Amino acid sequence: MNQLGFHVESYLILATLLFSIGAVGFLTRRNLLTQLMSVELMLNAVNLVLVAFNRIHVGTMSGQLFSFFIIAVAAAEVAVGLALVLGFYRIRNSVHSDDADTLRH
Amino acid sequence: MMTTIGGIYFSVCAIACLVGALITVLARNPIRGALGLLTTIVGIAGLFLLLRAQFMAAIQLIVYAGAVVVLFVFVILLLGADAHDPTGPGKAKLVRVAGGVLLSASVGVAGYLVAPELAEHPMPFVAAPAGHGSVAAVGSLLFTEGLVPFELATALLIVAVVGAIALARGRSENKAVVAEPHATLRLFHGPVHSRDAGYPLPKGTDR
Repeated sequence: MNQLGFHVESYLILATLLFSIGAVGFLTRRNLLTQLMSVELMLNAVNLVLVAFNRIHVGTMSGQLFSFFIIAVAAAEVAVGLALVLGFYRIRNSVHSDDADTLRH
Repeated sequence: MMTTIGGIYFSVCAIACLVGALITVLARNPIRGALGLLTTIVGIAGLFLLLRAQFMAAIQLIVYAGAVVVLFVFVILLLGADAHDPTGPGKAKLVRVAGGVLLSASVGVAGYLVAPELAEHPMPFVAAPAGHGSVAAVGSLLFTEGLVPFELATALLIVAVVGAIALARGRSENKAVVAEPHATLRLFHGPVHSRDAGYPLPKGTDR
């Protein structure tokens, strides 16, 4: 009964890997667009964990409800984040996050 | 370990997720990164189907693959060649090493903390009742228990969209500066309205 894909462990391992890849990408890349995509990866990993745990608590669907709201918030975040990237590009002519240092000087 | 159709399906989706995530993080060209993100999202939607979350799989495809990735691609196309990252992933050796150490450390800590617990209390799937994760079930839950957060999410989305438009449009001060002297010049250098210069009125106007 311990077959691949039919217990929570396999989903937890996959989500851990996805979240770690996203976190490392966010911390090491310097392109604002790539960093935003890495944030999306992390949000998707969390969604996967919520839905996977919801699969063993079949009486309720709170996990899927949570994941629904996370998707809604992520969509809003992407809209505002990309608008900010566009505004930043208009000011500095770059999407390199190291160029966002106006407050430091 | 028994290999079944479900196991093979899980492996395909998981490999798609991981490969897409790696492409997203490692690609120098952001368009490739966006396509890697798309691969990951489709893989996760497939896993949602395996987890009996049909509604979430549909939402995942509609919102992420249909809206978020398209928005990313639009912005990348708008920025053109400037969206390209010349340095690529971790040009400095230190950054590359730090990334690898961070990745293995987070996976290792998670495995060290979680694996013993899971070995003690295995959590296999139980038989799901009919309609678990269906549109009707999640939708009715959304409009009973989750009604207040649902309405708040709609408010959040409308505020985010208005804010995004306001941010992306930028300031239009140049237009106002150009328009003002033109109107004053016209006032002093000739008739204000074409009617006063003897030109015929455009059709459909009554004055």
